Amino acid sequence: MVGNRLTGGEIILRALGDQDVDVLFGYPGGVTLPLYDKIFQQNKIRHILVGHEQGGVHAAEGYARSTGKTGVVLATSGPGATNTVTGLVDAMMDSIPLVCITGQVVSSLIGNDAFQEADTTGITRAATKHNYLVRSTDDLARIIHEAFYVAKNGRPGPVLIDIPKDVILDTGEYVVPEDVSPRNYKPKTEGDEDKIKEAVDLLAVARKPIIYVGGGVINSGPEASKLVEKLVDLTGYPCTTTLMALGALPASHPNFLGMPGMHGTYEANMVMHECDVMLNIGARFDDRVTGKVDGFSPQSKKIHIDIDPSSINKNVFVDIGIIGDAQGIVKKLIEGWSEKDIEKSSDLKPWWNKIKAWREINCLSYKQGDQVIKPQYALERLREIVNGDDVYVTTDVGQHQMWAAQFLHFEEPNRWMTSGGLGTMGYGVPAAMGVQVAHPNSKVICVTSEGSLMMNIQEMATISKYNLPVKIFNLNNKVLGMIRQWQELFHGNNESECDLSSGVDFIALAKAFGFKAIDIVDPAEVDSGISQMLEIEGPVFLNIAVDRNENVFPMIPAGAAHNEIVLGPNQSIQNVGAENNVMA
Amino acid sequence: MSNNLEIDGINDHTFSVVVDNESGVLHRVVGLFSGRGYNIDSLTVSEIDRDEGYSKITIVTSGTAPVIAQIRAQLERLVPVRKVSDLTRDGRSVQRELALIKVQGTGEKRIAAMELADKLNAQVVDSTAESFVFEIVGSSDTLDRFIDEVKQLGLVDVSRTGIVAIARGAEGM
Ligand SMILES: Cc1ncc(C[n+]2csc(CCOP(=O)(O)OP(=O)(O)O)c2C)c(N)n1
Ligand SMILES: [Mg+2]
Repeated sequence: MVGNRLTGGEIILRALGDQDVDVLFGYPGGVTLPLYDKIFQQNKIRHILVGHEQGGVHAAEGYARSTGKTGVVLATSGPGATNTVTGLVDAMMDSIPLVCITGQVVSSLIGNDAFQEADTTGITRAATKHNYLVRSTDDLARIIHEAFYVAKNGRPGPVLIDIPKDVILDTGEYVVPEDVSPRNYKPKTEGDEDKIKEAVDLLAVARKPIIYVGGGVINSGPEASKLVEKLVDLTGYPCTTTLMALGALPASHPNFLGMPGMHGTYEANMVMHECDVMLNIGARFDDRVTGKVDGFSPQSKKIHIDIDPSSINKNVFVDIGIIGDAQGIVKKLIEGWSEKDIEKSSDLKPWWNKIKAWREINCLSYKQGDQVIKPQYALERLREIVNGDDVYVTTDVGQHQMWAAQFLHFEEPNRWMTSGGLGTMGYGVPAAMGVQVAHPNSKVICVTSEGSLMMNIQEMATISKYNLPVKIFNLNNKVLGMIRQWQELFHGNNESECDLSSGVDFIALAKAFGFKAIDIVDPAEVDSGISQMLEIEGPVFLNIAVDRNENVFPMIPAGAAHNEIVLGPNQSIQNVGAENNVMA
Repeated sequence: MSNNLEIDGINDHTFSVVVDNESGVLHRVVGLFSGRGYNIDSLTVSEIDRDEGYSKITIVTSGTAPVIAQIRAQLERLVPVRKVSDLTRDGRSVQRELALIKVQGTGEKRIAAMELADKLNAQVVDSTAESFVFEIVGSSDTLDRFIDEVKQLGLVDVSRTGIVAIARGAEGM
């Protein structure tokens, strides 16, 4: 402290403290050294030294998604900043609140192609919800507080603050969060009463309704999920939750139909296709859910609740758009419904009968023989064995991700962390690390496969360094499975550049990283392998050799409509050429 | 109801966007248009109030009604955007553009250029023995017409500001 002024480094830490930050995921560098010196001199905020800045961002995402708080990342200028970009876009696509602080070269050198200079705000402009270049230490506290406000309010997202080294070293005035009023950014949170009334009226006359729940409900907070459940109970309507919203309605709820979309259940997709009223709460009609827009739910009237006005009528035209926060709006829907004293159960009988028939197709069935482990079986066993425990799951991207979404069941929000919008391989391990930092006593399981695993494998070192008891559940099919599946289905089975069979000795590698490693190949070993993984203290790597040739079904080929869903290997994919299919 | 959003024709729209006067804000707006594949037919920007720290961006774009609605919603999402008004949708507006036009020539061509300038209310703001710089203010159509006609009369250079616009009537933004 100099007089009553603080140095930039002190301001940053004090502002983070005032924002209730308890952990930073960071990596030091030249321009952030003065800040690291201040970090060294305090012990209020914990710093996790990650292995790579991308890992740091995904860790902060895992932290944010499992706690509902804003995750914080710290990186240096130039390469440190550019390494965060994938993570920032990931957070942007999945609406995850993050604050990423990057160091910048001293102000006088900006624009001179100085050592480790990059135009970070330029590069990340489209990768963040908003970003700032701080020009004076006096602006620092205000900008940090504003960044936290912007990250969390409205549709959440990542905010980056680029801070030149001189701004970290200089002194400036500190202001407390209460004295910062974010200028104009005041997102609308309360839904329009008239529209809510209209929505209740429309819901009331539905004969074939569906409640389609998205990640906005998770972002709205745990209370929103409770209210969704209440609405489902009250109306008796069926409900589907997107990949982002698994856990918003307990999977055990009798009205839960599973996930909709490309690898969603048959019943969820048929209901979406044939419904007469669709209530979308906080989902964004993503193309992985809608399939061919022209063929999407052709007979329904649609209600769309979203905090982001640009989501309404972006992909699909709706009849009633309600802008605001899900929690408050669902509460009002419940009130409106209750006032009307509606009794729907007899009206809904034919609809539920239809749904029952669709369910009986048993679209997720698979055959486990006694030779090769089916990935679905391994996940099903995991689900049964951890049932009722305090568990968080992260995934990577590929077939294993879809199987995890289909076969693991979530009873609560914030328990499931997956890269939905961007589909970022390499997300799972660092995200699990961030979740475990936030929930040291819970079981955190990362479901992955050897392709994705390699993309941020360095974070296994971080996990063991901090002795975080993360369990890595590696569904090892020795192939980029999702690529192989598409090549089989849409490219004449030409397995172009997807084979990983020459492979890595993951057991040796896991041990080298300080993990306990278990290897299983026999279906009979699955239960004991999982139990061991859970029982061993500290980080554990469970390598499960699974069937390389298994495909994820059901599948709606990209560019097809919901009723063109393909149920299994014996039903061929017709009418859809490879050119219509855009890969993950 | 059809899910197909491309249901009507493409129309021009003029947006007036009040933004915080901070670095990168123009990049944000332009990046939004290029990133999402919207057209920019004209764009002007200038500081309006230094004390209050805001600027106004006038953008002429084109698209179907749903695209125009998206553009507006996307603009409104940007943190430094204070207000967006769709001057085409929200009522009648005045739209003006200014051009500086250099014409080179002597004799009859020079006289013809002067006559044309008179007719369209263009002012001479610079002249030499063999050239004029005209300043013309008006609708883009008027500017187009003038430029088109001086092409035969020795047009050598044009600078245009792009469109600025404001709503008609008593209300401010
Ligand atoms: C960073 C990144 N690169 C490429 C892709 C494209 N991609 C989607 S799934 C996939 C294969 C994933 O393989 P693996 O992690 O082994 O999972 P599996 O499908 O075998 O379960 C690839 C390459 C991606 N999603 N992310
Ligand atoms: Mg694999």
